[in-house]
Amino acid sequence: MYRSLFPRDFFAEIDRLQRDMRQAADLSPSIRGIPREGFPALNVGSTDRALEIYAFAPGVDPETIEVTLARGRLTLAGERKAITPRGEDKPMRHINERFEGAFRRVMTLPDDADPDAVEAKLSNGLLHITVQRRAAAQPRRINVQ
Amino acid sequence: MNSNLQSADRSIRQDAGNSENDRYEVSALTPPVDVIENVSGITLYADLPGVTREGLNLHVEASTLTIEAESSLKVPDGLKISHTEVALGRFRRVFTLSKELDTEKVTAELDHGVLKLRIPKTAHAQPRRIEVKVG
Repeated sequence: MYRSLFPRDFFAEIDRLQRDMRQAADLSPSIRGIPREGFPALNVGSTDRALEIYAFAPGVDPETIEVTLARGRLTLAGERKAITPRGEDKPMRHINERFEGAFRRVMTLPDDADPDAVEAKLSNGLLHITVQRRAAAQPRRINVQ
Repeated sequence: MNSNLQSADRSIRQDAGNSENDRYEVSALTPPVDVIENVSGITLYADLPGVTREGLNLHVEASTLTIEAESSLKVPDGLKISHTEVALGRFRRVFTLSKELDTEKVTAELDHGVLKLRIPKTAHAQPRRIEVKVG
């Protein structure tokens, strides 16, 4: 079942539908894809020099976060602890929507990603990973002798 | 049993598109929440990644609690977005509070992008033990 971590309001929902339809028409997704429903939610973009990955991971203990890059795959793993209501004062849970438990997301990076130049910063529950692109992959002009 | 916090999202959403210009201004994501009640009050946790204290706006009016937040995420110049799961940097959620909640004594903490809101019950709504006298 589709369960978005951040459901939108009605107009944004229409916007999403349009985008999903455009994507359905795109017949060349990555073999591992990027699953749409997962924690943390991811935004990915790139500049000429680096790939920028934003993972929305609020309330995750930085100690548990593991970012690994191997054979062109970036893995993001960690754990968000459940909020356990204390038993003695009869707690009752009315709404339970937030993700809890261990998570792992894997994404395939382009060939020019440099595994030795990865930086990850966590602030306000937002993990920002920057992967530099190799200089060799930048367009170069070859002199003809 | 009575549920003290009821989501009033729906009525708010209907209000949201009154004029053409408002439409995009008011677009916001609904942050997921956990709501736990015990004898002394209600605790609400909301996921607000990328939100700082300055970007958070909590508002109690009559029996309506509004959580509004704006992400402080800044992206580098020339960034080409290739995959988006969080398309907006704004969050909003509205709840209706019940009478026995003391809105004067709400406390809020923001830690690692998670808002923790504590709404205590008024003193007369707290459970009391009544001594039974043996005559």
